[in-house]
Amino acid sequence: MTAAAGADFLVLSGISKRYGGVRALDNVDFRCARGQIHAVLGENGAGKSTLIKIIAGVVPPDAGELRLDGTLRAFSNPAAAAVAGIVCIFQELSLMPDLSVADNISILTPPRRFGMIDNRAQRRRAEALLAEVGCEDVNPLLRVRDLPLSRRQMVEIAKALGQKPQLLILDEATSALTRADVEKVYALLARLKMENVAILYITHRMHEVEALADRASVFRNGRHIETFDKGARSTAEIVQLMIGRDIATQYPPKPARPRPAPALKIENLGWDNRLAGISLDVGAGEVVGLGGLDGQGQRTLLLALFGVLRGVSGRVTVNGRAVRPGSPAQAKMREIGIALVPEDRKTEGLMLPMSVTDNLAIASLPSLSTGPFVDGGKEKRAVDAAISRLRIRVAANSDAVSTLSGGNQQKVVIAKWLMTEPRIILLNDPTRGIDVGTKQELYRLVRELADQGAAVLFYSTDYDELIGCCDRVAIMYDGRILRELAGDDLNETNIIASALNIEPGAGAADAGKAADA
Amino acid sequence: MTAIPARLSLSRDDRPIFIAALFVVAILIAGTAYTLERFGSAPLLSPNYLLQQLQIGAFLGIVAAGMMVVILISQIDLSIPWTLTAAAMMATTVGGPWAIPIGLAVGLAVGVVNGLGVAYLRVPSMIFTLGVNAVMRGLMVAHTGGYAPQTTATGLMRSLASGHTFGIPNALFVWLAVSLIVVIILQRMALGRYIYAIGNKEAAAYLAGVNTRGVTVICFALCGLTAGLAGVLLAGYSQKAYQGMGDAYLLPSIAAVVIGGTNILGGRGRYLGTLVGVILIVLLNSVLSIMEMPEAGRQVIYGGVIILMLLVYGRGERITS
Amino acid sequence: MPNNLAIRLRQNIPFVTALALFCVIYSLYHLAHPKGFSSAVLVQNGNEVFTLAMVAMAQTVPVLMGGLDLSVGALMTMVDCFASYLLSGAAEGTPLSLDLAGLHLTLGTLPGGMAGIGLGMIICLAIGTLAGLVNGAVVVYGRIQPIIATLATGAIYIGIALFLRPQPGGKIDDDLNWAMTNSLGDFASTAHIFDDGAAPWFTPFAWIPVPFVLLAVIALVVWVPFRRSVTGRAVYAIGSAEGAAYMSGLNINRAKIVAFTLGGFFAACGGLFLAIETSSGNADIPQAGAYTLNSIASVVIGGTSLLGGTGGAVGSIFGALILRVISFFFRIFDIAPLLQPLFEGIILLAAVSIGALRVLRVKNTLELFR
Repeated sequence: MTAAAGADFLVLSGISKRYGGVRALDNVDFRCARGQIHAVLGENGAGKSTLIKIIAGVVPPDAGELRLDGTLRAFSNPAAAAVAGIVCIFQELSLMPDLSVADNISILTPPRRFGMIDNRAQRRRAEALLAEVGCEDVNPLLRVRDLPLSRRQMVEIAKALGQKPQLLILDEATSALTRADVEKVYALLARLKMENVAILYITHRMHEVEALADRASVFRNGRHIETFDKGARSTAEIVQLMIGRDIATQYPPKPARPRPAPALKIENLGWDNRLAGISLDVGAGEVVGLGGLDGQGQRTLLLALFGVLRGVSGRVTVNGRAVRPGSPAQAKMREIGIALVPEDRKTEGLMLPMSVTDNLAIASLPSLSTGPFVDGGKEKRAVDAAISRLRIRVAANSDAVSTLSGGNQQKVVIAKWLMTEPRIILLNDPTRGIDVGTKQELYRLVRELADQGAAVLFYSTDYDELIGCCDRVAIMYDGRILRELAGDDLNETNIIASALNIEPGAGAADAGKAADA
Repeated sequence: MTAIPARLSLSRDDRPIFIAALFVVAILIAGTAYTLERFGSAPLLSPNYLLQQLQIGAFLGIVAAGMMVVILISQIDLSIPWTLTAAAMMATTVGGPWAIPIGLAVGLAVGVVNGLGVAYLRVPSMIFTLGVNAVMRGLMVAHTGGYAPQTTATGLMRSLASGHTFGIPNALFVWLAVSLIVVIILQRMALGRYIYAIGNKEAAAYLAGVNTRGVTVICFALCGLTAGLAGVLLAGYSQKAYQGMGDAYLLPSIAAVVIGGTNILGGRGRYLGTLVGVILIVLLNSVLSIMEMPEAGRQVIYGGVIILMLLVYGRGERITS
Repeated sequence: MPNNLAIRLRQNIPFVTALALFCVIYSLYHLAHPKGFSSAVLVQNGNEVFTLAMVAMAQTVPVLMGGLDLSVGALMTMVDCFASYLLSGAAEGTPLSLDLAGLHLTLGTLPGGMAGIGLGMIICLAIGTLAGLVNGAVVVYGRIQPIIATLATGAIYIGIALFLRPQPGGKIDDDLNWAMTNSLGDFASTAHIFDDGAAPWFTPFAWIPVPFVLLAVIALVVWVPFRRSVTGRAVYAIGSAEGAAYMSGLNINRAKIVAFTLGGFFAACGGLFLAIETSSGNADIPQAGAYTLNSIASVVIGGTSLLGGTGGAVGSIFGALILRVISFFFRIFDIAPLLQPLFEGIILLAAVSIGALRVLRVKNTLELFR
């Protein structure tokens, strides 16, 4: 091992960043060495994505220094960082859907001939890079739009490789990948390690950290808590560092009740080629979880129940009545009473420039109106009640909802639906990107809603949440429900095993080596 | 002496309206200075003159009201010119007590067609309404033989457009009525909330259970209706309908809406702004004609004023992740 | 590889459809025309089509970025009016002066003969390109949405056109008019090249109308290299996903300015030709508006999406051709002239609604909201 291999490539000192009133990063010192895979851990809202945005030149820090190989640098945009050798693969891909794979990979500095882009050389370059990530089967002429999500992510990785990174940052880059592709990425990272590239790896998956990382850093509430080497800390200790408190006290107690009759009964639901044979019951007063790896159809199932998808087969009954909502407008009607808290609050849950009042009232306006006219007094009372019930922190109801913190924004989304007094509540990863305190409040709220008679279907990417909040959890894989876990069976080992479609008991350690089904 | 507030803080939607109003005043002042110097009089400040200008502005104002509603939902209606003309021609052709209802019905029908095409077929409104405009032109050319219809406007049409009640032009009352309806819809009705929601984020409105398609059809129907109403009034004012009478109203109505602070991409804007925008355009036009500015200069100033005002308002957001 | 050809075809279905549609209806037109497939008819068609095709190309570039240019018709008209002064080809040269607000400025003299004409054409193109640059600057630095920015600049350009030609007028060199609006053979004989058009290797091509040649040359020499340049591709990237384009390090501002500038150049070509063809300059406001709106229709029919990211200027050429040929049809079939606008309108509406069929197949309603 040469001296260069362990040398620090990137050094951050005193980095701080604020967004409005929220301190995203607070006086962070951080080092990253060449030839190592350095995992960055932390809950949503811990500051990880702000950290890498600063490193990759997307946003400038408010304070602090960034040094590469000892030299002070300041990047004004991602292109400048890329020139310095820092390449980042974000979750929101930087691919243009209407351009071809070859075009995307060589988008900035393509091979040229007579001043024009040399398409043939570009295609060969793409083929070479795709081969490096193990995706020879992707035809470089295809438009990115026509590729499935996991292939797009591989193209993004190939594109990053093409920029000859000295520091490669992966932000949850494996979240949408198939099992086989994940293996290819691991192999690629091992190769890059040997070529002395520094690698920053952000992930939520503990088993990945154990498998890959030489070193790990934990962030919490915008602060760098600790950095430790491989094997120095147990999973439990790591989680403790991330959360900062004992897990057990986080979740409200689950009442021991006999299983109620189903309020929502799904029989053999299917859609397109993404969902097949889904059968599930959710009773009034129950919180049923949806688990499994990303992209196995959980979100699609919720959309199907809410009337967003066309061509849904199978049978759905609400309180005994067969229903087939053709749109969210129909799904939310009193006779059916379904509410969906969507995945992305910024683009699906809220109209950001509009006021808190407008956002809260939008789904329940018919009940707040006399005829076609909105009853201002009734609206105000309902809105005030919702704000106080969920303890939404807002300066004035007429403020734009964009001024609220992420947690409060999510509360607005949920409160909006509670105002419609729904019978069935579908939650699409509601705590993503929310601070710990608000999460706690939301867990209590979910249990409260169930206690008041709602049937709750709760999709989460956080296994801990599923275990803590749900009476039962249905694990989905490849558009089907693989297993339902309840009671003592509801633990992390079983969830992970089912999520990866292996027999429980094989152990989490083997999970990383299981072959693709 | 009372203290002047240190900072006049206006909400983001009100700033453009305030600035536009200032521009209106500036135009009045500039024009008056000119007339004082040239003619030694200030006709711009005479109530008669102002009322007459407002009367002319009523036609543009009514069209702009409908256009605003469509722009608020992130769409646009390029079929105004021939919807207006068709309504005028049909109204004068039919004549009698049915003239006005027929004219309005034409506008409404075109609006509904536009709405259906945009909401259900998801054809971009820019191009769909363009096609509808061409079809309406075709229908009218076929119907009238390419000339202006010989039939004249009915008495009611003429009196609505040109008559006066209590010394105020009737056309202003019509404009006022339209304005009240639009304001009530936008401020007081659930429909108005849905309109702003769709203009802001159609996906979020849809997922909140708003009937986005139905609202879209209603908005285009309203726009067509106002175009039809303007056509009827214009025919009354000119005593007859004529080819191409609607062409001069398309771009100025869009300009008036945007000058009034409504975001061309939708989701934000207050009707008061559109009102001020119309007044600004009409006043600018009339000041320029008093100055005997040739058409060339008018166009340049018109374009320059729009750019200047938009620069002053503040600009769009840069798209970064 | 046949596989790759299939992929490319599938990706370009809108363009291929437009191309096929054009071939079909243009052939039908010539078959039905009493003097079909003759050079005279082709030349006449070419003259009537060129300007719209150029204005459609001008509109394509901003549309590819997801924007719109409402000033293309006005820009074209402005250059048309400038050309009516600069292309007179008078042997003794053309004095240039400006009368503005009582000031009389002498700008110099344009040399006579061919040199003067050449210089005049260059000046016209430069003015149009500059106007396009102004459009780009207003959009990028003024941070004003393209549709409203170009609405305003369009008013300014038409105002300048009106200033130049309050009444239609002007003079274009007769030889220039003849050479540009006829076939290659006539061009050669007027320009006294290739043995006055009689050279044996040349005669097989002598029938080709000059406007079509010009279209092909401009497309090949200007558009194709642009499309295959990094900036040209950046235009597509911005239309496809502006945020991702920024994250990828592309220079968004520069691409936008170049796009509008190129549009100005194309519109200028159209205006230059219109002046030469009509031998005059005419600041016709309704005509300018018609060109702008027809350019939008041409762009859509030619396969470019109004949302940006897909399509191209060549498709828009065919879109313009299709629009014009439809109107030619009415001349030869005995369709009552009164019904022609109606048919044109219905066909236009149908053509742009065809894309709606795709919408009916969408299974996830959220995909409809971009």
